[in-house]
Parts: sequence; C-alpha cells; structure tokens
Amino acid sequence: MLELDHVTKVYSVGAFGSGKLPAVRDVTFAVGAGEVVSLIGESGSGKSTIGRLILRLSPITQGRIRFGGVDITTLGRRPLRDYYAYVQGVFQDPFSSYNPIFHADRVFELLRRQHFHDLGGSEWSRKVDGALEAVSLDPDQVLGKYPHQLSGGQLQRMLVARALLLDIKLLVADEIISMLDASTRIDVLNLLADLKLKGLGVLFITHDLSLGNYISDRTVILRRGAIVEMGATGKVFGNPQHPYTKMLLAAVPQLHRRWEAVEPVPVADETRPLVQVEPDHFAAVDVP
Amino acid sequence: MSLVADDLTVHYRSLAGDVHALEGATFTVADGEIMGLAGESGCGKSTLAKALTRLESRMRYVGGHVVLDGRELPIWDDAAMNPIRYREVSIVPQYAMSALNPTRKIGRMIRELLKARGVEPRSVQSELERRLELVGLPGDVLARYPIELSGGMKQRVVMVISTLLDPSLLIADEITSALDVSTQRAVATMLVDFRDRHFVKSVVMITHDLSILAQVADTILVMYAGRVAEKARAETVIHSPRHPYTKMLIASLPEVGVRFADKKLAGIPGHPPQLLDPPRGCRFRARCPLATARCATQPPFIEVAPGHSVACWAQSGA
Repeated sequence: MLELDHVTKVYSVGAFGSGKLPAVRDVTFAVGAGEVVSLIGESGSGKSTIGRLILRLSPITQGRIRFGGVDITTLGRRPLRDYYAYVQGVFQDPFSSYNPIFHADRVFELLRRQHFHDLGGSEWSRKVDGALEAVSLDPDQVLGKYPHQLSGGQLQRMLVARALLLDIKLLVADEIISMLDASTRIDVLNLLADLKLKGLGVLFITHDLSLGNYISDRTVILRRGAIVEMGATGKVFGNPQHPYTKMLLAAVPQLHRRWEAVEPVPVADETRPLVQVEPDHFAAVDVP
Repeated sequence: MSLVADDLTVHYRSLAGDVHALEGATFTVADGEIMGLAGESGCGKSTLAKALTRLESRMRYVGGHVVLDGRELPIWDDAAMNPIRYREVSIVPQYAMSALNPTRKIGRMIRELLKARGVEPRSVQSELERRLELVGLPGDVLARYPIELSGGMKQRVVMVISTLLDPSLLIADEITSALDVSTQRAVATMLVDFRDRHFVKSVVMITHDLSILAQVADTILVMYAGRVAEKARAETVIHSPRHPYTKMLIASLPEVGVRFADKKLAGIPGHPPQLLDPPRGCRFRARCPLATARCATQPPFIEVAPGHSVACWAQSGA
C-alpha cells in the first residue's frame, strides 16, 4: 500500500543553508493494508522525519514514496487533498493539536469543511458519534468541551476519531502514546490493534521498544537516519542481529528482568547494505 | 531513618477552592535507601517533591510533619528552609536539564550557584572536576554552553551539581523521562552509583515508569490521586502487589515479548477523581473491582507484612 523507495532527506542547516544534515538515508520499506509497522529509533534517528515525509509536511530530497502505486512526492494541490482522505497523521502532544480558544470538537468541523461540505447536519453528527464510539469515547462526554476540560487520552483518541471520519487507509502515528499515562496508554494501543484488524495500515513511530513489540507485525530499527535492521517483529526482537538492536533491547528497562552488562556500540558512519539473515528478517551486518 | 513523613498534607489554592493534591502522606525512607515514587499524572508525586524542598506560592501547607535525620523540616517556612535546601535536601526538578541558563557557560553557572548558596567555589572545584569525570563527561564541559551538550550530558551535569555538597536526601523528579533508552539506563545507574559512593545518603526517585524503578529502586511507593496506596520492597511491588490499583497498573504494562496477538492487555477503566472536591473514602473506589460499602471510609495505610504497607480495606482485613 505505502512504499518508501530509497528515500533520502537532507536538511540544510547553518547560515545560507551551507551545512548539510542527512536526516534520512536511503530508506526502503513498505506498509501493507491491515499491517502495523513500528518505526523504532532514538532521538535524531530520523523516525519523525520519515513520518513527515509520508504526510508531505516536508519535501523529500531523493527517492520515491508511493501510495497505492502512485508517487505522492510530486502531487499537486487537488490530488494531495485526495491523498489526505486516505492518509492521516496523529502526533505526540495532543494538547498542541487543539486551539485552546475553541471547543475541542472543532477539529471535526474543520475536517467537514475540507472533505464533507455536502453532508447534512444530522448525517454528519451520526458520523461523528460513530467515529467517537469506535475509539471508545462517549460523545456526550467530549463534544462541546474545551481542550483543557478533557484528558490527554481523550484528546488523543479524538484525533484518532478525526482520522477515522475520513475512512483512511493509513495512519501515521508519531509517538502518540508517549504523553499518556500507563493505564490509558494500553487502551489507545488496543484501539490501534482493533483498527488494524479492520484493515487499517499503521506506521507506529516510537522510541519505546516494548510498545512497538506489543502492537506491530513488522519492525524497522533506525539509527542515524538509516535502517540497521528490519523484519517480522518476532524475529527482530527474538533474534536480533545488529549490535545496535541488541544494545537497545538490553537497555530497555523491564519489570521482570534486571539490566545486564552490554558493550557500547561504536558509531559506524558508513551505511552498510541490509542483508537477509532469515526469511522476512534483514540486518545491516556482514553476511553470516 | 533518614526521612520520616507523617500525615503530610499539602493543597493548591485555586479560584474554585483548594485542590487536595497531597493528603496524609505517611512513609519512611531509610539511610541508603533509593525509594521509587510511582504514580500517574496528578497523583501528587511532584507535589510531594516540592513539599519536601520548596512550596510554590500557590501551595498551602495544611498539616503533618517531615523529619530528616532526626530534625523536623520547617517546610511551611520558606526562609527557615533556606539553609537546609541544597545542603541537606536537594532536588533535581522535572525538566531541570532544559532549565540550564543558556547564556552562561556551565562552569560560570555553577560558580554563581555556589556563591548564591554561600559556598566558596574554589573549595569544591577539584571535587566538582573529579565527579564530572566520574560520570564520563569530557574535561572541557565546564567551558561549554548548555546548547553544546546532549540531553544525557545535561542531565548528568544537573545531577553532579545537585549532589555536590553531599546532601542527605536527593529528590530526583522524572530524571530519565525525556531520554533515550540507552541514556536513560546510564542516568539511572548513575543514581545508584552516587548512593554507593555516599554522595547522597538516600534518594526519592519520582517517575511514572515502573520498569525503571524495577531496575534501580530498593523500595517503591505507589501513589494514587494524592494519597499513598502501597509501599514495599521493589520486587514485592512488582511481583506480588496487594493494592488493586498497583495490580491493575502493573498488569497494563506491555513488556518486550508480550504481543497483542498473543495476550491482550487491559487498561484501568475510568479516570482518577477530581481533586478539587475529592470523593470521601478510598479515592480508587470508583475504578476498583473489589470496592464495597466499607470503602466509603478512607482505609488506613497499615503494614500487612514486614516492610509492606497498603491502604486498602480488602487487604487490611478487620
């Protein structure tokens, strides 16, 4: 459904853009319908940049991003609006996605103006209620409230509901649960999993390995803009090949296992090509 | 006992009335103990941290006592706390690493800070350099601006500064929260190392992340909606919690290895009560599967096993 094909993004930094900062380096992977792909990396790994490139929030430097076979990197205004009817993003901080002056449900109203201006009032509110129920929110509890009257979990679920109104095919979820409390976090995760079972593709961007492991079918590990390992989640987590993946896994604090000693992983600047280590499992390591 | 808190109650003043953010907090922290303080947003953990160091102007001390090394802390008296702060009780506030003065080099900022506390910077200079080296910071870090340091480096600088005078108690508020897993690990391990080297006697480590506490804390105190719910040794809280809230909280945490397809975890239905007008009795009552009529009365925080205290009628019997 969504394919990234040798995608590279270089930011220009410094005075007159003289400095070049490669944020994403030659990244190739795909997200299928009904598939959750975790994009895991530490700060500066380029994971959010990839999300922004897919959502066309920032232009791509090299490579192609295709959605349903169509290159979306060069779409004009009108086709881009159609693209947004299928692909939507939800971001880390739910509070910053709302205007505190207006009711929180204004995000639905703005969407209606863009995409559903020919829909009748009662039909529209039925649709909104349906979307809210799909994210386990009670419409009476959230409609007509200001953002500060709602919890982070409620606001975040409303943003997912907003995306669902469009009958989207792909959701780019960038750290959407990092700001939520543990007990509500799992509800949002389960919601994504339920939507996936209904056929939604999800790009789940996170720095949290246990969350990525819980929800995703496939996992992509990024380091300094390049993929170091990817494949079926069970294989990447169960049989990590790249030393960086091993280090990350060892550093994850776990409830029932104490930290073990690990070797620091030297920063390798060259991007090594991915090799297949087993079916549906690739890593940037020497051929075994 | 290094720290003894007894029935500590602190409210926030607001236009709509008092917010009962911390109510009847009772616990002890032993010499050399790293106590993890866990709970979700609004449970009162940061309020407790502030109460032990400096009350904000909108915070109101309502009652209770805090005794550190046998001496009562005058937490209601801002001026009387002044000589105690930093020397006896030191805090790494939340987001401290983002609050380093951007216009000062690290070294100058530390000198100014020490002078403000009445300490001659030269008297601790060699110790400062030794400790910065100990936590793996480059020798020229004092000559750098904060913007030249990574998040993990800034957090290490902040921790060295706050423990430079060997305080008895260090309160570390969410020091690992904004960091990557590998840096998180380094900072958390550093805290244990500081305790082992007696740079601090005891630590209260506040975090929402129980799995970090499972790694470094000796004991864990769980708070819910402004009240203490459970305290025990870390492994007891993780493996055999007694309070229904702790049980449900731990059951909702995904771990590496747990997959949605194999085992669907459940959250805790409902949400915490409003603390402007908190319900009488146990504050977890509305979300608790074990709640009975008795829970309309606040359960006492009592010891159910050696070193294991719980505030729940279902556990304390009687």
